[in-house]
Amino acid sequence: MLEFSLDSRRGSFHLHVECTFASDWTVIFGPSGAGKSTLLRLLAGLDLPHHGRVALDGRALTETAIGLRIPPGRRQTSLVSQQPALFPHLTAAANVAYGLRSLDRPACARRVDEMLDLVGATDLATRRPHDLSGGQAQRIALARALAPAPRLLLLDEPFSALDGVASDALLVRLQHWLRESKVQTVVATHDATDALATSAEVLLLRGGRLAALGPASDVLAPERERLLSRLQASQE
Amino acid sequence: MSAMDWQAFALSLRLAAVTTAILLAIAVPLAALIVLGRGRWLAAVEALATLPMVLPPTVLGFFLLVLLGPRTAFGRGIAAVLGHPLAFSFDGLVVGSVIYSLPFAVQPLVAGFASVDAALVDAARLLGAGPVRLVSSILLPLARRSLLAAVVLSFLHTIGEFGVVLMLGGDIPGATRTLSIVLYDQVENFDYAAAGHTALLLLGLSALALVAVYATSQKRGEAGRA
Repeated sequence: MLEFSLDSRRGSFHLHVECTFASDWTVIFGPSGAGKSTLLRLLAGLDLPHHGRVALDGRALTETAIGLRIPPGRRQTSLVSQQPALFPHLTAAANVAYGLRSLDRPACARRVDEMLDLVGATDLATRRPHDLSGGQAQRIALARALAPAPRLLLLDEPFSALDGVASDALLVRLQHWLRESKVQTVVATHDATDALATSAEVLLLRGGRLAALGPASDVLAPERERLLSRLQASQE
Repeated sequence: MSAMDWQAFALSLRLAAVTTAILLAIAVPLAALIVLGRGRWLAAVEALATLPMVLPPTVLGFFLLVLLGPRTAFGRGIAAVLGHPLAFSFDGLVVGSVIYSLPFAVQPLVAGFASVDAALVDAARLLGAGPVRLVSSILLPLARRSLLAAVVLSFLHTIGEFGVVLMLGGDIPGATRTLSIVLYDQVENFDYAAAGHTALLLLGLSALALVAVYATSQKRGEAGRA
């Protein structure tokens, strides 16, 4: 269970959200500039809020009141953003292995193979990031984030470079694996079709504030209607 | 070239090599701190590391001469530990050279580290990289041209330094007489032929090092385009 109460200001933007995610798959939905990426960075520990607390399964990761800030690599939290940010001087396999220092070499190699297989990228192991397409790079970034076995996976529009069919197939496989591995997942997206594709809990974020939280069918009902009316209009 | 010149040449190379090695050990963590650290005090650290660049070498040499000499408790303490004063010794020259050439090692590394995409630094931190691993596995490999520039600039700047060496080391053959001092002595003695040789040697050394840097950069550029 992920609990957080965050207050952060950057320039004129003010994010203030207090929430508990109990579901194993939660979607943060909102337009560009709503504060989705800011929220994910705060949850990942990359940025520090002015005031607030983040706790995962009852363990405090950030608590400004007592000056607690567990560094990003020790929070059992992974973040995959829209920009894959693969290390350009390492092969795809070496990128995936980067967070596996605690494993011995054979165990590390097995884990890398397992992760590349999960994202359908076993044939890309020896390639360098500059030889990968946008979608392939996003798959490797996902494998790299999952390799250290995080408890919390944060995805910031991670499938934006994948085409629809590939994205859907990966999503199904990924959701199954994450559920089996007991990894709580939070996905940020501004695309209503992505948000509606899963029967997830949805947090609607607007202007840095929580506008609604609940089942996708309730929270995104207006978005669903809007999409349906656009579809009907295009068919007429 | 006389035997004395070769001794000065060897001393200059030794001074530049030792200074460059020490500078790298200081400049890499310092540049990483400036780029990755948070806090307003870092601006003061960067300013302090850049100060020797704008300070006249003779001024720096004078301050060091006083600080390391027997007039201060610090200088007397150092002399007691080493068994000899730092001023007018090779060790003293190394101290002066490290301070004088510090900006030439720090600035290229700061520029190189700062040019590494912040998203890569975030990704490494999320995967558990601490400061040492972040620098050794991400920043240094991705800023290797800046590292090369820092090495070459530090080395050449030390080879060519004059003011600090003269103020702090004087002109002791085999101990503090570097090629720049030899050149000064030769000009003072109106030995323009010998001075020409020494100047050419200094010029050749600098040109060769710069050609090596640009050749390496060009090779990497071609490899990148291929």
